[in-house]
Amino acid sequence: MRGPTVKIAVCIKRVPDMESRFKIAPSGNAVDETGLKFDISDFDSYAVEAALQMNEAAGSGETVVVCLGPDTVQETIRKALSMGADRGVQLKSDTVPMDGLAIAKALAAELKDGGYDLILFGKHALDSSHGSVGAMTAELLGLPCLNAASKLDVANGKATARRELEGAAEVLEFPLPAVISIDEGIARPRYPSLKGIMAAKKKPLDVKPAQLGAVRMTVEKMELPSERPPGRILGEGPAAVPELVRLLQTEAKVL
Amino acid sequence: MANILAVAETRGGELRKVALEAVTAARALADATGAQVHALVFGPAGIGGKVEAVAQHGADQVLVCEHAAYDKADAESMSATIAARAKDGGYRAVVMSASAQGKDLAPRVAAKLDAPLAGDVTSVEAAGDTIRVKHPTYTGKVITTLVLTGAPVVVSVRPSAVTPSVNARPLATQAVAPASDPAASRVKVTEVFAGTSTKLDLGEAPVIISGGRGLKAAENFKLVEDLADAFGNAAVGATRAVTDDGWRPHSDQIGQTGRLVSPDLYVACGISGAIQHLAGMRTSRTIVAINKDAEAPIFKIADYGIVGDVLEILPVLTQAVRAARQSH
Repeated sequence: MRGPTVKIAVCIKRVPDMESRFKIAPSGNAVDETGLKFDISDFDSYAVEAALQMNEAAGSGETVVVCLGPDTVQETIRKALSMGADRGVQLKSDTVPMDGLAIAKALAAELKDGGYDLILFGKHALDSSHGSVGAMTAELLGLPCLNAASKLDVANGKATARRELEGAAEVLEFPLPAVISIDEGIARPRYPSLKGIMAAKKKPLDVKPAQLGAVRMTVEKMELPSERPPGRILGEGPAAVPELVRLLQTEAKVL
Repeated sequence: MANILAVAETRGGELRKVALEAVTAARALADATGAQVHALVFGPAGIGGKVEAVAQHGADQVLVCEHAAYDKADAESMSATIAARAKDGGYRAVVMSASAQGKDLAPRVAAKLDAPLAGDVTSVEAAGDTIRVKHPTYTGKVITTLVLTGAPVVVSVRPSAVTPSVNARPLATQAVAPASDPAASRVKVTEVFAGTSTKLDLGEAPVIISGGRGLKAAENFKLVEDLADAFGNAAVGATRAVTDDGWRPHSDQIGQTGRLVSPDLYVACGISGAIQHLAGMRTSRTIVAINKDAEAPIFKIADYGIVGDVLEILPVLTQAVRAARQSH
């Protein structure tokens, strides 16, 4: 990744560790957060890394991390600052709605006069998984949008990106400023250094009220998927192959 | 009752399977209220002659938007056209696929319409004045039921979650012009790398043969490919460990940060079953695991397991599958 001096906003989300054993809260429409560990959503951390690498390659520029949510998201913002981002903005909201457009409106209100050359997102958040907020924010800001970039080069006010399709890929060109959502494969996020962690404590973190849009998509119910019935170990080594093939034909009917 | 607008996806001038999935989902939604399905198809000149299947799967009207630029996707003009049509037609819902293209278009359309979007849902139904969807969240570990209010709403359906079903209507097409000139779009596709055309895509293949670190070396993926060939309708996938090591391209990765798949048959070869990987394939209909460690977590979700050296077992399995298919 290479690039000139750019001012970059990275919109991140705080999500639970997906290795957790999730429980549904008594309300029936939320995950019980008791005892869960939280961190930056995976794709968002790739976006932070991509921004840092562009600024480092240029030897200048600024990376601003924006996160919507209650005060607990400050910890997530500090994590991005400890990776090397320059400053953070919390758009304060007691809840983070499932309706991506409500969130995009709050982000667009914050970002529209920020003078950003690039606004980066992860391609989707691991919890809500709609993959909607990045492109919606681009629309609201009237900016070009590239969804799910797996490679990105920025030079002379222009960007070139690659995105993966099913069984194919495409290369796209577009002018800056632009909104880009980041896919796997673009950059492996760094671990914060001790120095980075210390420095992050002194970096600016502005707190502003989130100007959320109307929420028109709500959670009726959350449930755990039904467990798969326990499977069978058919045997050891190549000797078990005939039995497997028989079951694939007669029981699973896939052969 | 207001009608449903489906977007039937094409690539390279041909309808895709996900197009028929979107039309099928839209048909079910429309039938709940006795409404019509109108399906919008983008493509280069001549695509209008290839839309019979769209009517076959339940579109009362096929809106054909032909433009030379639509041999490739052009998200800006396509999303503008979908939104303009949705506004003019007073539709209740816009239904498309949560394919790579659909994931690009849907949020743009929703923002243009000031409408809520449920992305990557596995089911969609009408519920009174609202639309109710099921949506896998938390990497598939929590299934969320969402309710969308207002009209229109936008829904994208996870590939393979809906089985295309025939519900034929007489073919009625109508030409639609792009709402904005593709030449004026700021984001341009300059190049398309087609995958090897003989290989099925992971999202569409009924069978997936997937390999992990247990294969020990990149060249041993040949054994996985051989088994895929033996099935004849299989695609090859890989774990994150393997794509991170560069044994396979990132686009082959199945898991939390890769592709989410639900084929009829998933064969996990030398895969221990890290949560990150299970998140991408646990909804497969039948799962087979071959691994040397009998305690590997993959065996907990596999329907059928064989314990042993995957390098020894795969050639035998490949031969047995070939023999079974030939005896049909």
